[in-house]
Amino acid sequence: MEPIEGKAYMEQNKRSRGMKERHYWEEWTGRIYTSVCVVFLVAVIVSIVYFVASKGVATFAVNGVSLQEFFFGTKWSPDGEPKSFGALPFITGSFAVTVLAALIASPLSLCAALFMTEIVPKSGKRILQPAIELLSGIPSVVYGFVGLTVIVPLLRDVFGGQGIGILAGCLVLSVMILPTITSIMADALSSLPGGLRESSYALGATRWQTIARVIIPTLLPALLTGIILGMARAFGEALAVQMVIGNAPHIPQSLLESASTLTSVITLSMGNTAMGSVHNNALWSMALVLLLMTFIFVLLVRLLERRNRI
Amino acid sequence: MKAKTTDKIATFVICFFALFIVALLVGLLGFILARGVSHISFDFLTSAPQTLRAGGGIGPQLFNSVFLLILTLIITIPIGWGAGIYMAQYAKPGKITDFIRLVVEVLSSFPSIVIGLFGLLLIVNTFNFGFSLLSGALALAVFNLPLMVRTTEQAFRAVPKEQKEAGLALGLSKWKIITSILLPAALPSLITGTILAAGRIFGEAAALLFTAGMSTPPLDFTDWNPLHARSPINPMRPAETLAVHIWKVNSEGIAPDSKDIAAGASAVLVLLVLAFNLIARWFGRVVYRRLTAAKRMD
Repeated sequence: MEPIEGKAYMEQNKRSRGMKERHYWEEWTGRIYTSVCVVFLVAVIVSIVYFVASKGVATFAVNGVSLQEFFFGTKWSPDGEPKSFGALPFITGSFAVTVLAALIASPLSLCAALFMTEIVPKSGKRILQPAIELLSGIPSVVYGFVGLTVIVPLLRDVFGGQGIGILAGCLVLSVMILPTITSIMADALSSLPGGLRESSYALGATRWQTIARVIIPTLLPALLTGIILGMARAFGEALAVQMVIGNAPHIPQSLLESASTLTSVITLSMGNTAMGSVHNNALWSMALVLLLMTFIFVLLVRLLERRNRI
Repeated sequence: MKAKTTDKIATFVICFFALFIVALLVGLLGFILARGVSHISFDFLTSAPQTLRAGGGIGPQLFNSVFLLILTLIITIPIGWGAGIYMAQYAKPGKITDFIRLVVEVLSSFPSIVIGLFGLLLIVNTFNFGFSLLSGALALAVFNLPLMVRTTEQAFRAVPKEQKEAGLALGLSKWKIITSILLPAALPSLITGTILAAGRIFGEAAALLFTAGMSTPPLDFTDWNPLHARSPINPMRPAETLAVHIWKVNSEGIAPDSKDIAAGASAVLVLLVLAFNLIARWFGRVVYRRLTAAKRMD
């Protein structure tokens, strides 16, 4: 009897060791596979920063354009004699359309988010939410097309001039960033810490008093997060803006004048310049500015989130 | 009484602007469709574009968009799902996980044109892939990955904890639990998320200007050898997608009917993106019903 028992025991021992080995391998395939995916993400971001930065810095390091000229120079004539690489008109243009678009879109988004969460939560969710989602799904070139066929002629009829310019750009952008801001604000509003809203109503406050004195002050950092993310989107948007802004390399004196943004200049000129030329490198420097602005926007969002947690 | 009056005014203002947004959407969609749908015909959808004469179509562009979408999904799905699974199952709270989260966040907020430029520098020039479908797909993959990682992580986190614990109780390895218990449970929301992401890829143009290129060689739709230069499925040929075509026609179109072409192509693009949205919703609802045996879903 005993030897058989011993054999069975050995058999089982062997089987369980086989199991263990399989376990071990399965465990490691999973761990290694998923880790490689994550490492890939990190590698992508490192190489984006490295490549864009190495090209963007070359303007200053290799071609000897001074930082001051690039950031504060107002004259952009890469083919002129003497060449000058003042990117201030484009930086101004980018900031102008971004800030104006945020100024238009934020109050509208706040109203939409309040409507969805505070006033008619049920039908708001049923009508407005899908509308917002659809709005965010429309591709940016289509926004550009609508801007070009509706907004530009409209502005031309109302204000005269060409219709293209900062105003057209920021109107198009404000519609584009509306869904981004609204959905983040609505999320924030619906995650209001329990009891705050009810206690305010219990004290006899009206809905507007509750919204203005309790809800908005409490959620201010989260609401600002929505606005910052919307601005980040507006700052980096290229094609829709390029189609309606006119692309003149000057600082505009009015909202109706043709202007340029960093993205629109890159879009238009990158294909026409030779790799390695000063002109080309200056465009890469603008891309680097876009990249740095992205970091600043992400940093701001992080700071606001930290504030929100307390 | 004053507080009540303010309340009424505020409510009115809020409702007014909310309805204004709905009106804006209805107007926007109405305009795009009304302006473009009349121009859509079988001929428009299948014929090649014309540079100088009227009557050009969007056939190759439409094909390129779909093909590029498929290529991109082939690249993003394994990497995006893998990284999402890592974030949901393997990552432990700590500095490294925080760092990866930051990476995903930064990657998702990069302007798409910067990703296009990166593609131009690394993929098109350094790797020497040239302006090609493959370069475009790789750039779009970078554009799409953060979104994919996030939806995957959410999908896996939404699976009830008991399912995982049951697997652990059976003595299964973690990877076995992930692939045979959690993945099937998370699959419906993974697929919904992927379809929504696909809608976004479909409309993307800025990242493609400098990677997939702005032109399409004359295609021979009878030649399906992927190595031939004129074959539609050759991944190394340049390809202008529908979204890029709309941009190009609008900004430098010289055909007499370029406005109509832009309108028609915009309508096609919007209809396709809407279709992606509806399919994702419909799919989510059907699967939800099947899994929960619920009669209806609010």
